[in-house]
Amino acid sequence: MSERWKITLLLFPALFIIGGLFLGGLVFGLAGSLGYMPLIGLTDWSLDAYHRILSSDSFYLSFVVTFYIAFTSTLISGCLALGAALMLRQTFAGRSVINFLFQINLSVPHLVGAVGILYLFSQSGVFARLAFEFNMISKPADFPAMIYDPLSIGIILQYVWKEVPFIGLILLANLQTIGTNYEAVARTLGASHWQTFRYVLLPLLLPGLLSASMIVFAFTFGAYEIPALLGQNYPTALPVLAYQAFTNVNLGSRPEAMAMAMIIALMSGLMIIGYARLARRYIRD
Amino acid sequence: MPALPAGISVTEIDIPHKVRPEKPRSRLFNLAKLSLALLVAWLVLPLLPLALWSFSRSWYFPDLLPSDYSWRAWEYALSSTSGVPQAILRTILIAVATTILSVIVGVPAGRALGLYQFRGKALIEVLVLAPMVIPGIAVALGLHVVFLKLGLAGSLIGVMIVHLIPTLPYMILVMAGVFANYNPAAESQARSLGASALKAFYYITLPAILPGILIGSIFVFLVSWSQYILTLLIGGGRVITLPLLLFNFATSGRNDITGAIGMIYILPGIVLLLFAARYLSGRNMSAGNLGQI
Repeated sequence: MSERWKITLLLFPALFIIGGLFLGGLVFGLAGSLGYMPLIGLTDWSLDAYHRILSSDSFYLSFVVTFYIAFTSTLISGCLALGAALMLRQTFAGRSVINFLFQINLSVPHLVGAVGILYLFSQSGVFARLAFEFNMISKPADFPAMIYDPLSIGIILQYVWKEVPFIGLILLANLQTIGTNYEAVARTLGASHWQTFRYVLLPLLLPGLLSASMIVFAFTFGAYEIPALLGQNYPTALPVLAYQAFTNVNLGSRPEAMAMAMIIALMSGLMIIGYARLARRYIRD
Repeated sequence: MPALPAGISVTEIDIPHKVRPEKPRSRLFNLAKLSLALLVAWLVLPLLPLALWSFSRSWYFPDLLPSDYSWRAWEYALSSTSGVPQAILRTILIAVATTILSVIVGVPAGRALGLYQFRGKALIEVLVLAPMVIPGIAVALGLHVVFLKLGLAGSLIGVMIVHLIPTLPYMILVMAGVFANYNPAAESQARSLGASALKAFYYITLPAILPGILIGSIFVFLVSWSQYILTLLIGGGRVITLPLLLFNFATSGRNDITGAIGMIYILPGIVLLLFAARYLSGRNMSAGNLGQI
């Protein structure tokens, strides 16, 4: 058996599944967004669904809110993760315990974190009770709204909670590979702590940090259950808006749901392209 | 490390103190340590009210702690009237089936990607990576129609199949990493000594890749375990898994029962993480992949 046949055979089942389910889902979604859904009697190709969503306020507001949530969460997570990774690399007493605790919520599903945030930050939550205890508020309504709020603070807190360890561990792995030699050289040549970080370590870490951030951005842009649980009703995050349109009793709004799904796919597709380019450059270096 | 003779790292070279006196670990370091401790506390914090709620009988505003404790929520959650035990079994069944399918399909693919160089490999790697990054809702809305037509929508099997989309990439990537450090020469040696292909696989290949399969399976199990939107859309509300119940109880305001279900829901992840810690040090890249659960 020639090598090429062997590779083809080994890859076939996986490509069949990924191609059929993943690409198939995207292709049918695209067809649906263009008005072609024979199952519910729609057979005319058109851009109507895109016209409708692009001329509606609720779509624009949702897009802006979703972008804001994803961007803010990614930025905060990235900065905190960078700091945490640099600290976790140092040796100090109790590091192994801290290291374990740092990883623990990697295995905790997003939904559980979202419920936890709800019980911490709602207006009758733990922090509101603490505020009452210290006479900062006199009734639950006095506590600033952080759940179902226009600034989506609860959602962002949840994402930061979950993604800091994710980015942090990727950075720790990178730090391990980079080692300390480059920094030591910079220091012997007279660079300060800050200069060593800014001109030696940060450029080395940047590809890993950026690619991890892109994964986080794509995820936070397309996640449904967290904004569904913690978000306001209007404007809602884009995946929630798409789900609502999809489950609308009026089947005619399904093409719009699929058009929104395509826009979510496009945003995360851009992130994959960025990731792939970074990964290739990183490997070449 | 270029420009240095092998075996010598810069840190081993003695640096005279005059060049740059080492500052004592300063107040800044202590401040950083404190913020790290705060960050880690923050990472554990959201789990505490869940645990407390699950044991509370009454916990009204503005009490900082429940005024009365009981096992009520746990008794209800573990009774069959709540639907939780059935949902646990269903979620395990789906996750196990997804894991087995992904081993069967993912191990050969990982071998191809880890052992061989071929044209179009970069494209296939991006294709494998894409389902990890593209959100489930973007794919599932289009698939729903097809699954309806095939009679898979609203069925357990349909949910198992759709869970392969986010899970299979984890198995393939872990196995590609395993096979990248694997030497297939031992297989051909076994074959030349008269072992059948099956025997060579069982005695030579399998023991070498088994730890990888185990780690990949843990990822796949946990990713399937945590799926929400794919199960909701393809299951059509008829395949009730644990996260769907958790969401329903959370939105209906039953904090005590939500707390108990939440505790049950995070248990496998924490157990498997402890187990995997033997294989994955905190520095292992693949541990970070769990973040997307």
